[in-house]
Amino acid sequence: MKVDRRSFLGLGLGAVAGFSVSPVLLKLTDDSSIWTQNWPWTPVPVDGEVSYENSVCSLCPGSCGISVRKIDDRPVKIEGLDEYPINNGGACLHGISGLQYLYDPARVKSPLKKNGDKFEEISWDDAISVIAGKLNDIRTAGSPEKFVCIADKDRGSVPELFKRFLKTFGSSNFYTMPGFESYLKLTAEAMHGKGMTIGFDLENSDFVLSFGAGIIEGWGSPVSCFKANASRKEREAKLYQIEPRLSNTAAGADKWLPIKPGTEADLALGICSFILKHNLYAATAAVRFKGGLNKFAAQLQNDYSLSKTSEITGIKESEIEEIATLFAKAKMPIAVFGKGKGDASQSLKEFIAVQTLNCLMDNINKKGGVFIQPVKTYLEFPEETLDDVAKEGNEKPRLGQYVHDLFEKINTSSQPVVDTLFVYQSNPCYALHDTKTIKQAVGKIPFVVSFSSFLDETAKEADIILPVHTFIERLEDVPSGAGLSKTVVGLSKPVVKPVFNTKLPGDILLLLAKALDGTVAENFAWESYDECLETVAKNIWDSLFQDGYAILEEGVPEESVEVNVAFLTGNPSSIQATGDGELMLIPIDNMRLPSAAPAASPFSIKTVSDEVLKGRDTVVEINPKTAKGLKNYDYVALTTPVGTAKVMIHLNEGIMPGVVGMVKGLGHSFDNKYVSNKGVNINELIGPVIEPGSGLDAAFGVKAKISKA
Amino acid sequence: MSKKENKNESGSAESAGECTAGDTKDDKGLGLGVIFFILAFVICFLSGTLLFPKLLYSKKEQPFNFNHELHVGETGDCESCHAIREDGSFNGIPKLAKCQECHTETPLGETEDEAVFTEMYVAKEKEVPWYVYSRQPDCVFFSHAAHTKTEGMDCVTCHGPIGTSTNLKPYEENRITGYSREIWGQNIWGIKKHSWDRMKMDDCAECHKKETGHQGYCFQCHK
Repeated sequence: MKVDRRSFLGLGLGAVAGFSVSPVLLKLTDDSSIWTQNWPWTPVPVDGEVSYENSVCSLCPGSCGISVRKIDDRPVKIEGLDEYPINNGGACLHGISGLQYLYDPARVKSPLKKNGDKFEEISWDDAISVIAGKLNDIRTAGSPEKFVCIADKDRGSVPELFKRFLKTFGSSNFYTMPGFESYLKLTAEAMHGKGMTIGFDLENSDFVLSFGAGIIEGWGSPVSCFKANASRKEREAKLYQIEPRLSNTAAGADKWLPIKPGTEADLALGICSFILKHNLYAATAAVRFKGGLNKFAAQLQNDYSLSKTSEITGIKESEIEEIATLFAKAKMPIAVFGKGKGDASQSLKEFIAVQTLNCLMDNINKKGGVFIQPVKTYLEFPEETLDDVAKEGNEKPRLGQYVHDLFEKINTSSQPVVDTLFVYQSNPCYALHDTKTIKQAVGKIPFVVSFSSFLDETAKEADIILPVHTFIERLEDVPSGAGLSKTVVGLSKPVVKPVFNTKLPGDILLLLAKALDGTVAENFAWESYDECLETVAKNIWDSLFQDGYAILEEGVPEESVEVNVAFLTGNPSSIQATGDGELMLIPIDNMRLPSAAPAASPFSIKTVSDEVLKGRDTVVEINPKTAKGLKNYDYVALTTPVGTAKVMIHLNEGIMPGVVGMVKGLGHSFDNKYVSNKGVNINELIGPVIEPGSGLDAAFGVKAKISKA
Repeated sequence: MSKKENKNESGSAESAGECTAGDTKDDKGLGLGVIFFILAFVICFLSGTLLFPKLLYSKKEQPFNFNHELHVGETGDCESCHAIREDGSFNGIPKLAKCQECHTETPLGETEDEAVFTEMYVAKEKEVPWYVYSRQPDCVFFSHAAHTKTEGMDCVTCHGPIGTSTNLKPYEENRITGYSREIWGQNIWGIKKHSWDRMKMDDCAECHKKETGHQGYCFQCHK
């Protein structure tokens, strides 16, 4: 018997047949099909109990109610909260992607101390001890006024605690970043009296005349504005949009009127002039104007005839006439101000001029009009106890009126004017004009402490970073503002345990206060921020805690207000853009990109179109008539008196000839691979222009040149 | 006839002669081939049937034993621990917090398993990493509420008489898919005696066909 080829064939066939009739093939086919449908490396969401927790979003001044869906203890989705008085179930893209901030690559995971060019982790005790030591030294030296704080806003218990901290320390140098809320108060104070603020009843108005307000670009309380805009058609309300560029708001408006950049105030006054000349104003309006209307009317007739207004603004006389007539004849017209999101550099003259239009139509404190009322306070802090150092410090003058004045003073003084700077939840090294000089000023301050969740441009310049909880991890009161017609205080609740070694800003201040000499500590006698909030917000606490919000003001206010146009009769000069370029560079506010802290989330920056950000390059808009042979996506060097940037070109007939539009919110330079090193920060190209009379940085743009790169 | 043709004819004759002579040899070779065939067939068939399941599944021990019978006796039913939540989803194996409604850091019993549970998990507030016998792939949607609440099915129909068991059986994990052997069933042929012996899609379809007259559509379970 010989084992030959056929024997092996038999062996092989036998093996195949044996396996074929065994369950192996059937089972392996089934298993491999399951395996290929469930690749082991594909992340699978962990299953668990679904629950919802309500809170408030504080990523922007919108203050929307949110509902956070959780699987067990892990938040997985943010949605708008139904029946919340501001957003009623709506949410914007930043709100719904807010959970990404929890795990942001730029998050500060524990207190950091700068050692040379690098940050080192330190304990909370060490961080508090180092800062308290520095602050005690300032008080010992008798110059507490050299302790300065910059915060993102001035309302709410946390900003109040910062103010209290400064006051009891002995400094009046508390500053806020430019914001729409502060501009509204400034305008209301200038026209209607101290302590007043302005709200717009957009959802009930039948004719909205918008002077560049990006109603669907993030102006005011964004989601509330989206809803008011969305209901415009069914309410048969009109929107006329006046701005140099066909924004999304302009594209959806009934009419877009392109205007020369920076001449919005002139147009508003031109319309006022026409209304006064033709007696189109409300009969009841005249009595409101302090000193009557005659003198003001005469001044306007002289300065803002139709032809002059047309010449200044570039809008045809017939169109000015048409707007003025439609506005005056509407049942409930409303004129809104605040270019873009209303939060960056703005002109008080423009605000007052536009508000004067409202006053002429006497839509003040009427449904569908402008609500003017005192700022509602709801926090009751105990009276401060000041020691001698604090008293003396508080009597010394502030270093400047606004935050840009502060930085200018630091840069121009030969002696150090600031010893210690606290920066809370704001990013001046990115968000203020001429960032290079801001960074230079911050660099001159001996000791900078950043209260930030992220290692952003300003935090990078700090000596110590105290990481604070993100909005989803913190307990805090969130008062609404931003031009809403109602005042709501929401309660931001911790819907997740802190992901990193962070603290509540209020708790950090309590720890710091307890480590300071003098009477500072006794002004912060609360055990924790939780206790402090419950105590100081006791008047609304039950409602705040049970319902998640408390309505301080709703409905048409009953206040009777006076109108003071002294600012305008003082004949303030108009703002002129700096530089000698033949083009005008203007910033564009884009709903998808936050222009202030925090920076965009990975999700939101991915939603930006190629006509705004292509690859890593900012795309600027110019009219084909201005292009002079340039094609779409050609590289150009954009030069202003402040800086130069390499950008791409997008030809857009929706921008006025001679104007270059560049988006805000790009060009971050901190360690976040999703957001940073994409595009150019426009604030590196525009310098501040101070408005006479108000002292505001009112730069609406800058003269620029482009040349093929 | 050419030389070539002659050669061919001659060659054919030789070949035929060899073939005749070789028939005897071939028969023997074929016989050996058949023996090898049968041998290989039997070995491979038996390997595929008996050895293959042992290679395919890896046995894993649960963190500690759990006595279902005891707990059902104490609580009265399955739903006390395995409940349908308010939103209609099923809680599956209860979390530690549920166990802590009865179990504290002081052991309730004297078994070694109770000691492990209290020391390793209750005292440390750590979830028990149970292996789940009935876990289905993530691409499968199954509503316990629709089956047990709406249609009134018993837990036993799919899960078997686990409520009367005193010990947890070893968890056998499929090395390819990562899922439990209970899904395919203990029988490697996929043959079942009871409704709870398998939890494959065919088993769902079979029951649906029987109960509703239709085996169902893809999207009902694969969302």
